[in-house]
Amino acid sequence: MIAVIDYEVGNLFSLKASLEKIGADSVLTRDPAVIHAADAIILPGVGAFGQAADKLRAFGLDQVILREASDGKPILGICLGMQLLFEKSYEYGEHQGLGLLPGYIGSLREDLPNPDSIVPHMGWNELNFRREEDREKWLPQGKTSIYTYFVHSFYAKECDDVLVADAEYEGIRVPGIVGKDKIWGMQFHPEKSGTDGLSLLRRFIEMTEKPEVV
Amino acid sequence: MLAKRIIPCLDIRDGRVVKGKNFQGIRDVEDPVVMAAFYNESGADELVFYDITASAEGRKLFTEMVSDVAREVFIPLTVGGGINTAADFERVLTHGADKVSVNSGALKNPSLIDEAARIYGDQCVVLSIDCHRVGNEYHVFSKGGREDTGRELLSWAREGVERGAGEIVLNSMDTDGVRQGFDLEMLSLISELKVPVIASGGAGCMEDFYRLFEDLPWVSAGLAASIFHYREVAVSDLKKYLAGKGIPVRI
Repeated sequence: MIAVIDYEVGNLFSLKASLEKIGADSVLTRDPAVIHAADAIILPGVGAFGQAADKLRAFGLDQVILREASDGKPILGICLGMQLLFEKSYEYGEHQGLGLLPGYIGSLREDLPNPDSIVPHMGWNELNFRREEDREKWLPQGKTSIYTYFVHSFYAKECDDVLVADAEYEGIRVPGIVGKDKIWGMQFHPEKSGTDGLSLLRRFIEMTEKPEVV
Repeated sequence: MLAKRIIPCLDIRDGRVVKGKNFQGIRDVEDPVVMAAFYNESGADELVFYDITASAEGRKLFTEMVSDVAREVFIPLTVGGGINTAADFERVLTHGADKVSVNSGALKNPSLIDEAARIYGDQCVVLSIDCHRVGNEYHVFSKGGREDTGRELLSWAREGVERGAGEIVLNSMDTDGVRQGFDLEMLSLISELKVPVIASGGAGCMEDFYRLFEDLPWVSAGLAASIFHYREVAVSDLKKYLAGKGIPVRI
């Protein structure tokens, strides 16, 4: 069972549907007991970082997630949910994140070399994996690269230690997949990235499955 | 690098797919879920569904159709047609749409763009513009191309972006259904916009897409209906062809 964290941020229709499509049981919840009983956590989210972080705290979910993370429960943050895993964000002010991954969230607009570049970074972009073993871990056999669907105006910075794959946009390398141990994040929307996106979600689910006792 | 997007568009009436020529002579073709799955398999980057139903019953069928498609196909879905209020945005977004395209509703009440962008974010709001040459001018038409608003293309597109539209679909009524290529001349008029522009109307063959992306490299996407619909061009073939010509596409 996957606990999809319900903190009133964003539209979860496609995420729920995509988990159903790949045969993963999921429940939309903010109940600490249900989250504790789940095999893994997905933290979704769209919108502004500050508001989302406030909502997580208002529901007490920041502490719940930190506790589950320290127990070793697999967690996947998607889009803003990924950004919340980092230490802080400078999206309209300065906001504290969960601090599960090292690095911070900054503005694409401020960093793009060409002021005429379009923000948000929206559309299908190619993921470049840093290490061969990560490519093999995440991509279906035989695939050397995939495109995923991005929609965002802020991005993860100074996170080289946890960078798995990035995408080039107008001269900036945008982290696409980040993670270490059992904490993962995807800046793009796997639930909107076609068949390849579904296969990334499936890989995450497979990684969370407990090895069978022989 | 971002891939150029290839977007099949499906007109929907009473929950079924239709396609007209110059907005007339509409005829029924296929099941939206079947078509969406087919397009997804062949590599479409996004799908656009326009509800051309006027009745409340038809609208309900459309909303149900959006859910049916969103449960089967996991690429961005844009829906439009009959979007006049923030409640209309809510209705389709909660049923699985990712973006909402506004046209006549925004011409009648431009603050709809501001309101929707504030609630759902700029990236959710697509301003769709039907444009037709009138003398030496480029006029914006409303009500499915039936009514000349007298508004000039660039001024309306600029206003839309200022109000919060995150993307523009420019449909040339002069090339729509004619299949002689996209209206590059009309598109050039809005090259200054700082949001993605989707070209619509006129695609008749694969080369038309190449000309579009080669001549107007700032254009983000090409949208078409009939050539994909009647299987004259397969999206997968089109993408291989474009990749061979050096245009970045998702394969």
